[in-house]
Amino acid sequence: MAELVDLTIAQLRDGLSQRKFSATEVARAYVAAVEKNRHLNAFVVETPELALSQAADSDARLAKGQARALEGVPLGIKDLFCTKGVQTTAASRILEGFKPPYESTVTQNLFDAGASMLGKLNMDEFAMGSANITSHFGPVKNPWKRKDGKDLVPGGSSGGSAAAVAAHIVAGATGTDTGGSIRQPASFTGIAGIKPTYGRCSRWGIVAFASSLDQAGPMARDVRDCAILLRAMAGHDPKDSTSVPTPVPDYEAAMTGNVKGLRFGIPKEYRVDGMPAEIEKLWQQGIDWLKAAGAEPVEISLPHTKYALPTYYIIAPAEASSNLARYDGVRYGLRVPGNSLDEMYENTRAEGFGAEVRRRILIGTYVLSAGYYDAYYLKAQKVRSLIFRDFQEAWKKCDVILTPTAPSAAFGIGENADDPIAMYLNDVFTVPVNLAGLPGLSVPAGLSGEGLPLGLQLIAKPFDEGALFRVGGVLEKAANFTARPGA
Amino acid sequence: MILEGKTGKWEIVVGLEVHAQVVSKAKLFSGASATYGGNPNAQVSFVDAAFPGMLPVINGFVVEQAIKTGLGIEATVNEVSVFDRKNYFYADLPQGYQISQYTRPIVSGGKLVLDMPGGATKTVGVTRLHLEQDAGKSMHDQSPSKSYIDLNRSGVALMEIVSEPDIRSPEEAGAYLKKLRAILRYLGTCDGNMEEGSMRCDANVSVRKVGDTKFGTRNEIKNVNSIRFVMQAIEYEATRQVEVLEDGGTIVQETRLWDTARGVTRPMRSKEHAHDYRYFPDPDLLPLVLDPKAIARIKGEMPELPDAKKVRFVEQYKLTPYDAGVLVAEQEQADFFETVAKGRKDPKLAANWVIVELFGALNKKGVGVANSPVSAANLAGLLDLIENDTISGRIAKDVFQIMVETGGDAASIVKEKGLTQVTDTGAIDAAIAKVMAENEAKVAEYRAGKVTLFGWFVGQVMKSTGGKANPAKVNEILKAKLAG
Repeated sequence: MAELVDLTIAQLRDGLSQRKFSATEVARAYVAAVEKNRHLNAFVVETPELALSQAADSDARLAKGQARALEGVPLGIKDLFCTKGVQTTAASRILEGFKPPYESTVTQNLFDAGASMLGKLNMDEFAMGSANITSHFGPVKNPWKRKDGKDLVPGGSSGGSAAAVAAHIVAGATGTDTGGSIRQPASFTGIAGIKPTYGRCSRWGIVAFASSLDQAGPMARDVRDCAILLRAMAGHDPKDSTSVPTPVPDYEAAMTGNVKGLRFGIPKEYRVDGMPAEIEKLWQQGIDWLKAAGAEPVEISLPHTKYALPTYYIIAPAEASSNLARYDGVRYGLRVPGNSLDEMYENTRAEGFGAEVRRRILIGTYVLSAGYYDAYYLKAQKVRSLIFRDFQEAWKKCDVILTPTAPSAAFGIGENADDPIAMYLNDVFTVPVNLAGLPGLSVPAGLSGEGLPLGLQLIAKPFDEGALFRVGGVLEKAANFTARPGA
Repeated sequence: MILEGKTGKWEIVVGLEVHAQVVSKAKLFSGASATYGGNPNAQVSFVDAAFPGMLPVINGFVVEQAIKTGLGIEATVNEVSVFDRKNYFYADLPQGYQISQYTRPIVSGGKLVLDMPGGATKTVGVTRLHLEQDAGKSMHDQSPSKSYIDLNRSGVALMEIVSEPDIRSPEEAGAYLKKLRAILRYLGTCDGNMEEGSMRCDANVSVRKVGDTKFGTRNEIKNVNSIRFVMQAIEYEATRQVEVLEDGGTIVQETRLWDTARGVTRPMRSKEHAHDYRYFPDPDLLPLVLDPKAIARIKGEMPELPDAKKVRFVEQYKLTPYDAGVLVAEQEQADFFETVAKGRKDPKLAANWVIVELFGALNKKGVGVANSPVSAANLAGLLDLIENDTISGRIAKDVFQIMVETGGDAASIVKEKGLTQVTDTGAIDAAIAKVMAENEAKVAEYRAGKVTLFGWFVGQVMKSTGGKANPAKVNEILKAKLAG
């Protein structure tokens, strides 16, 4: 039998229900794996006692034949999710030591389905970053290595989640995705990750970055595990006014393996200048796989794609500048005293926020300022509508859209670090999906010349996550991605 | 009001911004209690304290209250309105922004009809009404080195009601606030209590030469906590502006505070930095879309408002517009009057008693109708006794005094004190016969033509009956007997 930590969630579910092993044995194996992999810096807080006690509850339920959908499945939780009594910091110094007296809706849903928590996962500070190098708790290392042996970034902002899933130190993880923060790290670490439709998962209890773009989603070894996790996470929440009261279907059941007659769009504007040949090649490979499975490629146009990144870097910082105003040293988290209220604010926020967060607060404050609002924020909102309309036009021609997830494989820690624009370009394929509120899935599909994982992205209509799982399952099977880091 | 300056006549121009706390059990975007007077920070949810990851959810009841108020000021209720964030840092503003409505308020374009002395009316436009969150309260006087923050008020729903600059005198400003408060109270959408701060007023004041069509530069006077002070502050500020202008100075647009103790306005300590509120639509909230059917339903449930009630009182009870205006100024007064007047032959008698005797007594005691020692039913009982000739109007006033002191009912007091009016002609006959027998000389004088003695005879008869004889009957019988 394989190591317990090498089983997928679907396999764990079967093994537990057949009593081949206990939830406690699974939890112990993972607790040991977490300890063994501390060099990755994937965790901000480890909660082994909690995981073991939740596993004991799961064993009691399993014994009574009352297993729930995720009974005994140990997960890692991105540190953006508020977890009751467990430190939640968004990887920021300004929240160091903050223990929320409440549980986020998404994590509560997961625990209610029987999952356990191994700890809180490292991330870019306030989810701002594409390399997990902005965390107050230090960068996360990608378990994958380039041939030169250099430490690589796992992508971001859900870098801890991606690294932990890829290294098999959690069975699955939660992520959040504002501009690609689930899909890009999934691509960089050879795992699957889905950003659901905006409004599919509740944002209640998730530290806000950009409210109109943030969405929680699962990251896991394969597409099926994502389907299992998302079903448990999703659902309408009256506490989040933007959560949508639409029933959550059985996503696993959507994975029929049949894509015959399905039309998949290939947006011509995604052939960006300077895209590496191996990305181009992988994309073509994806097209061929789906064609071979009986689906039909259609060329589509998303003409406003080139405006997506600048639009995103106006809207997201604008919302962030306001969302992060509450971290003021008055009620919780860090307070650095000053001689006046204003001085206390300045000291607290200067010391509490890292450079990238400060940069985005400044950008956001600027674009909302009197005299600049119309030229930046209002214009960006208009372009955002046009991007949404591009997709609506595309849906007349196709059922899903296939693109690369990211324009490159994982890069070294320190590379791109002093060029924010180069860093922002990581999200060129993922950002339009957030701006349009659509669901997007990254599927591990191949290896770069350096032997690093590369992902393909599938995009679907609002609330058609089922299509993503169906097509993603077919793509995954064709790609047969079995490579492991360090192997 | 026209101010006489050294250089000519000046006109006062005023616009009022009223912050009215919405009557609601819960806050605008959280389930925490919105009631007044709780222990500090006892009524605060994680949303109100802006904990990480907390989200606002609109309170549907508050929205209905705003719709009701909009309909009450004959305004347009907008089917789509938008909540915006007004960003600024302050210690009692936990989110770092106030959720308000900026470009698209829930209500726009209403009006108020003011009742001016002498029965005249004046219409003042209402530009808009929007919903917004209140901030918490900073207390700087609790410690020498620290400020304390009470977040009970944080997130409480306010309606900001903005008038057009149509007001031309302190009296009109007072009448505007009274009328608005009356409508809010009739609707039950704000208790209108300025002392507790559930209704607050900022006044924008400017002056211009009579005949000018352009407005002068205005100053905003903040948070004046009574109607009387609003009127005083406007008068002071307008006079001050005229003096500045006539001395060759200019008015600088600024925010001023009313200093109650000294009776002057003075500039607020200028903030270190000018505010740029960076308004933008709150991405945590969808646009507020109202169902026209819900608006129609609320319209159907609207109570009768002061203006309509006044018209009805004039028609139904034949009251003067002035008396009707006095009675409808507060719903409790109007209801009290209607209870007393119901089914009465002479409703004007009821109006007189309520306005003159009751309000006079309440004024003396310093209480409102709600706490009147004389209930409407008891006052009606007293008027019944007058109307069925059990007591005279004069005795009724004595009985009323006892009712005010004891809270008792008229019939019991009359019975207990033996004040029942004598209408029994036999008893009156006897009293008259006695008076005439004891004053034969006077009877003779009367009969000889000195008819002015009649009043003296009436007085003697009344005296001998202890004032209880029915004066009309006494008159009638006495006239007959004296005639011989």
